[in-house]
Amino acid sequence: MSSTFLGMPGTAGSGNLRGDRPFPEAAAGALGDEQLRRNLAHATGTIRAKRATVVGELDDWEQLRDAGSAIKIDAMARLPELLERLEREVTTRGGVVHWARDADEANRIVTRLVTDTGQREVVKVKSMATQEIGLNEALEAAGITATETDLAELIVQLDDDRPSHILVPAIHRNRQEIAEIFRTRMRDAQGRVPGGIDNLTDDPAALAEAARRYLREKFLSTRVAVSGANFAVAETGTLCVVESEGNGRMCVTLPDTLITVMGIEKVIPSWRDLEVFLQLLPRSSTGERMNPYTSLWTGVHAASASGPAGSGETGGDTDGPREFHLVLLDNGRTAALSDPVGRPALHCIRCSACLNACPVYSRTGGHAYGSTYPGPIGAILSPLLTGISGPDDPNASLPFASTLCGACYDVCPVKIDIPSILVHLRGRAMREGRRGERAVMRLLAWVLSSARRFGAAERLMPVGRLLARDGRIRRLPPPLSGWTDHRDLPAPPRRSFRRLWARRRAR
Amino acid sequence: MRIALLATCLADAVTPHVARATVRLLERLGHRVTFPREQACCGQMHINSGYPDQAVPLIRNHVAAFADADLVVAPSASCAGSVRHQHATVARAEGQHALAEEAERLAGRTYELSELLVDVLGVIDVGAYYPHRVTYHPTCHSLRMLRVGQRPLTLLRHVRGLELVELPSAEECCGFGGTFAVKNAATSGAILSDKIEAILATGAGACAAADASCLLHIGGGLSRAGADVRTVHLAEILASTASDTDGDAEGTDTR
Repeated sequence: MSSTFLGMPGTAGSGNLRGDRPFPEAAAGALGDEQLRRNLAHATGTIRAKRATVVGELDDWEQLRDAGSAIKIDAMARLPELLERLEREVTTRGGVVHWARDADEANRIVTRLVTDTGQREVVKVKSMATQEIGLNEALEAAGITATETDLAELIVQLDDDRPSHILVPAIHRNRQEIAEIFRTRMRDAQGRVPGGIDNLTDDPAALAEAARRYLREKFLSTRVAVSGANFAVAETGTLCVVESEGNGRMCVTLPDTLITVMGIEKVIPSWRDLEVFLQLLPRSSTGERMNPYTSLWTGVHAASASGPAGSGETGGDTDGPREFHLVLLDNGRTAALSDPVGRPALHCIRCSACLNACPVYSRTGGHAYGSTYPGPIGAILSPLLTGISGPDDPNASLPFASTLCGACYDVCPVKIDIPSILVHLRGRAMREGRRGERAVMRLLAWVLSSARRFGAAERLMPVGRLLARDGRIRRLPPPLSGWTDHRDLPAPPRRSFRRLWARRRAR
Repeated sequence: MRIALLATCLADAVTPHVARATVRLLERLGHRVTFPREQACCGQMHINSGYPDQAVPLIRNHVAAFADADLVVAPSASCAGSVRHQHATVARAEGQHALAEEAERLAGRTYELSELLVDVLGVIDVGAYYPHRVTYHPTCHSLRMLRVGQRPLTLLRHVRGLELVELPSAEECCGFGGTFAVKNAATSGAILSDKIEAILATGAGACAAADASCLLHIGGGLSRAGADVRTVHLAEILASTASDTDGDAEGTDTR
């Protein structure tokens, strides 16, 4: 951990980074939904097992993690230099770079860029950054329709729902529910279920076919695409998106205009660094040795100006956009960088291995976290990006949504010590915390910092035996009722160990 | 060897049989056990609840209490973990640099029970006898903070009469998490119910672990479920000998 001064405690992140209720309250619904809990347990368990298998194949996995971590530490330490290099390289190759302080500014930039093309429709590559800033809603307000082309994002979008997992946004839906969403919500240009499939079943192949027909129509008719980026290579100004379905590839090659929104922490120095992450990411995320599609693009294709992209006209490379815009998004990242303990949260490559490994996430699902970023990484990243405004800030509850079991740290491909950052952020949350709790904890600290006082308190404990029946306590008043709502408590012993020891010495 | 017992505030006040078993075991192995009487609480609860400033006096008291100890053992991976991985960091962050240095030195002499037995005392067969079917839950902090690995299982495999049955999804958390069990009680309860299910699936008569806190949680869940499975600390099993009437040791009856 470096305590070097980096970043500025500047603009707080805005957009979809904060829910409207504290975590325990938001989790209650999911915990009571047996079907959802079964879906989640099955899905997270399956990916977890796949990951473990492919990670186990590599003898140098730990060295790869160390390398990934070292590259990110280096990149964060010289972020200004790398971002300016990236800007230079992108510009040299015909792209245009925009800088956005927060969600609103990024949304305004993208909306203007789309409006300038005269188009009213965009296709989207699955992207966490644009979910974070709420781009689809901003575009809609400007009369522009954005279509998600990642299958799971599309399911979520059609259902007016929110993603609940970084990699598997519709993890909370089973295929019967998906079939129902398609039947009622998915319509082609003629207003029919795509392909005229009236009796769409929940057969996965049939569902995929319906989505394919629906999306193909969009790909062939839409002139503007919006993407995020997994990585940006500063030395050549190259952007990289990794995916499984090929929809992203369609988006970054077919349309005339490509707009990429990228968090500033995604920049890496060189192509050699990319090699490390292209090994770490697929194994950690989908449990695959290699992801099916890795798209890399650098600026615009000069030759493609001779004919509309995808028109098939001869005279040069007709793949790729004629116009490319890169929007570099801060939205709280510089503020996160200024926290020397929390800073490594920016190393995250969005693999979601920590979600699948987390005992909390796998019971509650992602919506309980309120933010675009759920799970252990979300529990640190969201409050780091937004800051914690006070005890009633829903993001103040996120660092407490963990048992500190450490499973997240063990699976993290870039070795983010999430438990330590959770503990650190609990401190930040409680600095703004409730006075009552602070006073109780202060009293406890006074008792527990002296053997004499603690020993005296222990002598009072046998009184608790009055609450017990058959040696166990089944009910306690709030806030301890949280314990007895779900478990018994043994009756306190007659004598503490301290007293037993003193007696033994006296014998 | 002279070994100072860090009883932990929880075992001291709530499960004294665990501390007693630790003493009995180490004395049987020929060591001298001391109980530095100024010890109280290591401060883990305050640190993990977001009160690092309030934890400083607890850390100071702990460091002073064990200043003279050459070797410290805790029958808790969680508390040993806090001493080893949190004390110096917290002290330093709170600007207490001298305390941080002392805490660092103490951390180097502090061991969880299975680490002490296997690594320091070099013993894997402690001569215990425990004729029961037992499943072992590796607690998160023993597994992922201290990395005790196979040590507790190795010790258990050398216990005569003990039938060790594997716990499904053993490495998954039991849902305790300190104040998490109260602040996020429903989530904690949901994680616990899966752990209880896994324990019951083994058909074991007892569930063992290296942390009294997790056992309190698991035991509370088993009790609530009306299950006929008891919880037992690793120290209690290792302290048991054939001369104990039922494989349970004299010190365990403290109710």
